Amino acid sequence: MKVLMRGNEAMAEAAIRAGCRCYFCYPITPQGELVEYMARHLPRHGGVFLQAESEVAAINMVYGAAAAGARTMTSSSSPGISLKMEGISYLAGARLPAVIVNVMRAGPGLGNIAPAQGDYFQATKGGGHGDYRLIVLAPSTVQEAAELVMLAFDLSDRYRVPAMILADGMLGQMMEPVELPEPILPQMIPPKPWALTGAKDRAPNVVSSFDLDPYRFREILRALWEIYREIERNEVRWEEYETGDAELVLVAYGTMGRICRTVVRQARREGLRVGLFRPITLWPFPSEPLRELSHRVPVLLTVELSAGQMWEDVRLAVEGRAKTPFYGELGGVVPTPDEILSEVKRYVRG
Amino acid sequence: MSVVEAKVPAGFVPVYTRPKSLSEKRFTYCPGCHHGIITRLVAEAIDELGIQERTVGIAPVGCAVFLYEFFRCDFAQAAHGRACAVATGIKRANPDLIVFTYQGDGDLAAIGAAETIHAANRGENITVIFVNNQIYGMTGGEMAPTTLPGMRTVTTPEGRDVRITGYPLRMSEMLAQLDGPAYITRQAVFDVRHVQMARKAIVKAFKNQIEGKGFSLVEIVAACPTNLHIPPVEASRWVTEQALKYFPLGDLKVRD
Amino acid sequence: METGIVFAGFGGQGILLAGKVLARAAMEEGFEVTWLPSYGPEMRGGTANCTVVIADEPVGSPIVDTPWILVAMNGPSLERFSPRVAKGGLIIVNASLVSQKVERADVRILLIPLNDIAQELGEPRCANMVALGATVRGLGLFSLDPVLVAMEEELGTRGREKLVEVNRQALLRGYSFLNALR
Ligand SMILES: Cc1ncc(C[n+]2csc(CCOP(=O)(O)OP(=O)(O)O)c2C)c(N)n1
Ligand code: SF4
Ligand SMILES: [Mg+2]
Repeated sequence: MKVLMRGNEAMAEAAIRAGCRCYFCYPITPQGELVEYMARHLPRHGGVFLQAESEVAAINMVYGAAAAGARTMTSSSSPGISLKMEGISYLAGARLPAVIVNVMRAGPGLGNIAPAQGDYFQATKGGGHGDYRLIVLAPSTVQEAAELVMLAFDLSDRYRVPAMILADGMLGQMMEPVELPEPILPQMIPPKPWALTGAKDRAPNVVSSFDLDPYRFREILRALWEIYREIERNEVRWEEYETGDAELVLVAYGTMGRICRTVVRQARREGLRVGLFRPITLWPFPSEPLRELSHRVPVLLTVELSAGQMWEDVRLAVEGRAKTPFYGELGGVVPTPDEILSEVKRYVRG
Repeated sequence: MSVVEAKVPAGFVPVYTRPKSLSEKRFTYCPGCHHGIITRLVAEAIDELGIQERTVGIAPVGCAVFLYEFFRCDFAQAAHGRACAVATGIKRANPDLIVFTYQGDGDLAAIGAAETIHAANRGENITVIFVNNQIYGMTGGEMAPTTLPGMRTVTTPEGRDVRITGYPLRMSEMLAQLDGPAYITRQAVFDVRHVQMARKAIVKAFKNQIEGKGFSLVEIVAACPTNLHIPPVEASRWVTEQALKYFPLGDLKVRD
Repeated sequence: METGIVFAGFGGQGILLAGKVLARAAMEEGFEVTWLPSYGPEMRGGTANCTVVIADEPVGSPIVDTPWILVAMNGPSLERFSPRVAKGGLIIVNASLVSQKVERADVRILLIPLNDIAQELGEPRCANMVALGATVRGLGLFSLDPVLVAMEEELGTRGREKLVEVNRQALLRGYSFLNALR
């Protein structure tokens, strides 16, 4: 059955259905409805809803709940995610699974509350300190937002790597019909023998990212990077739309991805052979399929609500095999399909 | 939008004019919000002490974020909760400036609690205006550390349960325990008499800074009619009947 | 087919609800649909608006530059959005509150005394549903039936039968009003 839901609410409901029973937050626009939904619904499922005194506290509560073995989540928007970055680095270092939702708004600084995609670098390149990666999932519809929240919990538990949902203000605020995923059963959550449950009949467990011995720490990180390589092999996700005969392919994710779908339809109606490549996992980035595409498509036009961040990964993947121009908007301005289409027409003719 | 000042007919003396240190910009607060009164009181104090040209304000993140548009003096906009740290930096860099912060209860007492306590403890020679409206106004009415027990907010839909989220935080009482601060007082603006008292306290808090006395904080128990979902008049009554039970008015520390 | 509808007015006029009811009805009728509200302190200024996009393919942008229908519940909304309405589109003006003229010859304009009708029906808050009734007729994509159902579901039925009934009347009144234009 389809229901009409806001992106923020659908993500909250999906988290509950994924078995999240500990949620910690600090209010910020434009993800307020996620917080409110959790406040109303999570306690009814026997879960913990707690508003922390800051984002710094909230992410460290997540660290605690994850260490105790719970499925746990926090959500915020750009300025608040910056504050969470220290804690996220600690989660990554201590190998704790957790889900972090970033409903992006325009920055830097206080910026404004309009939708933007300026936190791509922060999410995918390690906004906190040290050698780590986050699994980063970028939904472009409310339906996908719900599904990716479920997936984020699964991947995070499976690899013991924190996962981030990178959404934006538009997706958080808008309502769309959604078919909510079925709730998982508790036995579907993998066992967590490393969790802090009390050292009864076993040696004590320690959750830590601290190691003074560089050689030993190197081995820990090498093992971690082995897991990152495994994630890169197994978990790359993307969508292609009308790329078969395309002379130009738009590369866009999230909100920009859905808008570019409209651009493709309009372009096709005008006889232009345009397609869309939409990364769903931003890390691991779908470099391979993009590289494939660059062998047969002469122009890959990246479109972002930023000054060009994912663009760098596109160029790294393509390595000069195709033209890789960029089109973006700043400050929370969302370009219209028409504006993007006229940019497209600079490169292809019908 | 600009505000049109009424022409004063000959023979009449204006007794209520726009403070010099306020700009033409119309306040963006909701109708009946106590922020409007408090913002004006700060401007009046700056006028009275003649310090407009050497005053620097720090705007918080909260409904008062637009302060830099309302005042005709230099302003910095700080990250959420960090106003006292930013004020410290400005004051230390140039002690001749008169530096004040203007912060909500979420800003000052939740996310910024550490900065506030440590600025107070250092006896930082700054002036802090603390608007305690028991709610996060700007983000749409979430619980603040000052929210009253049982009070319904969007994050305490069943009312604040002190067993889960603790008790209203009495920041001024806590700060008054420290050796650093010179002046900590709690005021309100729900009627004319209290507005006058609050005005005096704000003037004193600025005067302390001019005289080098150190950290001065004026807490003002205020109402946010929008998130209380009641008309302004009732909101004022709510302050007197509910909020003051937890936040009694008066001086908590005066070092002369 | 992709049609944008903008509802705009004061906060408290039920702008967001009207949009939601329409979106819900469209969903039940099998259309692709998005609903996007104005959000944040923008609403503090006392204005509210929302955009509904109804389409037969997945909706790209939930923002529309040129809405096919504008419902202007007050003067400032008319001023702000009327220049953007698509040629041949429809502007529904709340004649109870708006006195200024619409300076467009290339769109259809429907003046409805929304508040007066709501007052007549004994429920001042149902002006939004009168507007929605007219919108549905102007849209011509589906009948009023799914809208009546969606309204009932949005309002919640328990203990609110009277409210639902008044809103039903309001929708019907709005729906029949467009006859005047045809
Ligand atoms: C780091 C960070 N977290 C959260 C926010 C969102 N935010 C904006 S204002 C605000 C709280 C405002 O409450 P308060 O300080 O009490 O001020 P009021 O609006 O009530 O005057 C919050 C949490 C933000 N801008 N930055
Ligand atoms: S939301 Fe509350 S605190 Fe903010 S301006 Fe409105 S009444 Fe004042
Ligand atoms: Mg407050």
